[in-house]
Amino acid sequence: MEIVLVGLNHRTASVEVRERVSFTNEQARRAADELRSRGILEETLVLSTCNRSEVYGVPPESSHECAPGLSSFLSEFHSVRPDVLSVSLYHHYDREAVRHLFRVSAGLDSMLLGEAEILGQVREAYRFAHEQGATGPVLNRLFQGALEVGKRVRSETELGTRPMSVAAAGVKLAERIFGKMSERRALVVGAGTISEQVVSQLRDRGIAHLSVMNRSRDRAEELAKQFGGKVVGWGEWDTALRSPDVVVSSVSADEPVLRRAIVESAMSARENRALFLMDLGMPRNVEASVAKLYNVYVYTMDDLSDIVQQNRSARESEIPRAEGIVEEHVGKFLSWQASVELVGLVEALRIRMKEERAAFIRARLDSMNHMSEADRARVEGLMDEMLEKLLLKPAEQLRGEKELRRKIQNVEALRDLFLSNREKP
Amino acid sequence: MNHPFLILTLLAYLLSLGLYLRFLNTGKEITGRLGTLFLAMGLVTHYLALLVRSRGSHTVPYHDLYGSMSLFGWLLALTYLGLEFYHRQRSVGAFVMPFVLVFFVAAHLAPSDKLAPPATHGVVFALHVTLSILAYAAFALSFVLSMIFLGEERHLRRHQLGEMVWRLPPLDLLERMSRSSVLVGVVSIAIGTALGFVSVDRLAGEHSFYDPKYVITLLVLILYVLYFRLARTTTWRGARASKLCIFNFVVVVLSFTVVNLYLSHSHRYF
Repeated sequence: MEIVLVGLNHRTASVEVRERVSFTNEQARRAADELRSRGILEETLVLSTCNRSEVYGVPPESSHECAPGLSSFLSEFHSVRPDVLSVSLYHHYDREAVRHLFRVSAGLDSMLLGEAEILGQVREAYRFAHEQGATGPVLNRLFQGALEVGKRVRSETELGTRPMSVAAAGVKLAERIFGKMSERRALVVGAGTISEQVVSQLRDRGIAHLSVMNRSRDRAEELAKQFGGKVVGWGEWDTALRSPDVVVSSVSADEPVLRRAIVESAMSARENRALFLMDLGMPRNVEASVAKLYNVYVYTMDDLSDIVQQNRSARESEIPRAEGIVEEHVGKFLSWQASVELVGLVEALRIRMKEERAAFIRARLDSMNHMSEADRARVEGLMDEMLEKLLLKPAEQLRGEKELRRKIQNVEALRDLFLSNREKP
Repeated sequence: MNHPFLILTLLAYLLSLGLYLRFLNTGKEITGRLGTLFLAMGLVTHYLALLVRSRGSHTVPYHDLYGSMSLFGWLLALTYLGLEFYHRQRSVGAFVMPFVLVFFVAAHLAPSDKLAPPATHGVVFALHVTLSILAYAAFALSFVLSMIFLGEERHLRRHQLGEMVWRLPPLDLLERMSRSSVLVGVVSIAIGTALGFVSVDRLAGEHSFYDPKYVITLLVLILYVLYFRLARTTTWRGARASKLCIFNFVVVVLSFTVVNLYLSHSHRYF
């Protein structure tokens, strides 16, 4: 009942290799089927995101023995040369494999520390594998534990609470002023990459209405179409600034696009309703004195970058707490695993003793012809009863006493002591 | 403060404050919910304590300054709880609970007023006093909300985003909560004052129609109606309206202290 993990991620593999070794749902299903049908793994789960591809499994034999086979399988499955793949792959076994998954689920192993998406991806990968019947009792327990770790880390630490990109920080700040974005309007000035990122964040937050203004109307229409907004003509500030609560500007211009007079006039037209200006242009798109206007909040790229930097530090300071939660759950899982293995060991011992008893009776009672069949059956019954009594108490103790299970560190040694390799459960 | 209800109330309010502070600091939803739960428990035991005090003295619990302060604390907590449920926002609890506790502790730890209790004036009079104190509590709440608004707005404008700003309610919500609170206060004081006149009419001879308290109450009413109106207008929307709300509460405090204690003939403690 060992666990093996073979995979690669953003730290060990280039984006080209990651792209080649990623799995679609269909590929994940096929890989899981093949791994089981070839007898490499008994339980399988494929976790594939843009930054990692990992195969978790329970091998029929020792996990260390199955790892090379698993690496070869990945190489063959994705048609990647083994020497190219081997430098990118990592292998983890048992405790390390459990810890790795729990850290992944907590967002501790992500490129963006504490990112929220990974927990959903782990949940989805587990759901898919479970539906396909690829998981069994060990991986079920392991992934349920991983989901619990992810939830606890997000609710008990600040690892995932602070925005880590300029776009997310800007939208989060807007929420400090206006509350939920679902009742708000936004105007995006400029249609470059950074605008797209902000629009994506605003859409994720359910912005009610979106307008796009750009020098190139075609590009504005493209962005508006992509995110479901409407286009406003370049320079039509009077109409454009009347309704939005959030204005995001990121145009390339030598001089500020939004001058004080324009915003002042707009504020009067909009009855001084609060206006949040996110100036992401370089050089700045919003005249500095606009920040002095009543009910106008201006944040530049530098301001937002500072917030992101502070948030990064705050997230990093939460790592020890998150690691603590991970370790607690690793301990829980290993304790569960040991209990299952110990109970299995007792069962194997019972079978072994019954076999010994049968051989013993055959050898001894054949020479005692004076005993009737009824007496022989009675002797067999008494011996069975004695064996059951011998095993009953330890079995019950193993099931009920966590502390005892913790003390028995090496189940393998016990197995070797009482059972030959042939009879391992 | 020997009665079990008083000790239970103090414990519940203290726990509620601690949990609200923790909620503000960590953002853990469960601590916020527990804060609300202990506040609700404190409200129940506080009410029972007021009832015991009222029965013991055979009169309304606000016959002296301390009873009046305790009732004020209770109504402040009750109004806050109502707003918390209505606006689904718990971050303000950490700022309101200290006021509730101060009024509760000051009322019950201080020595009793030696003045003889007034004669019982019936239900209309009791409603008049209760609604007036409810109005003061609601105005106090809007004062706290306005202070938070100004603090948060200042930090946002100056780009000084500490830990706290991320935990506080959005400015827009603070404005709405403050308006809701003022609305409760304005309605309460309007009805309470009308009932006061009915009560004076019934008790002709005991009270005068010419009391400085009436003038200042009318002024308070006008100022808060003005706030309610201006808070949505072009010039006053935002921080200016909050400043007006704070000014209005200063007038309320004057009414509650200087006017009651030194100028009014019949409004000593409410």
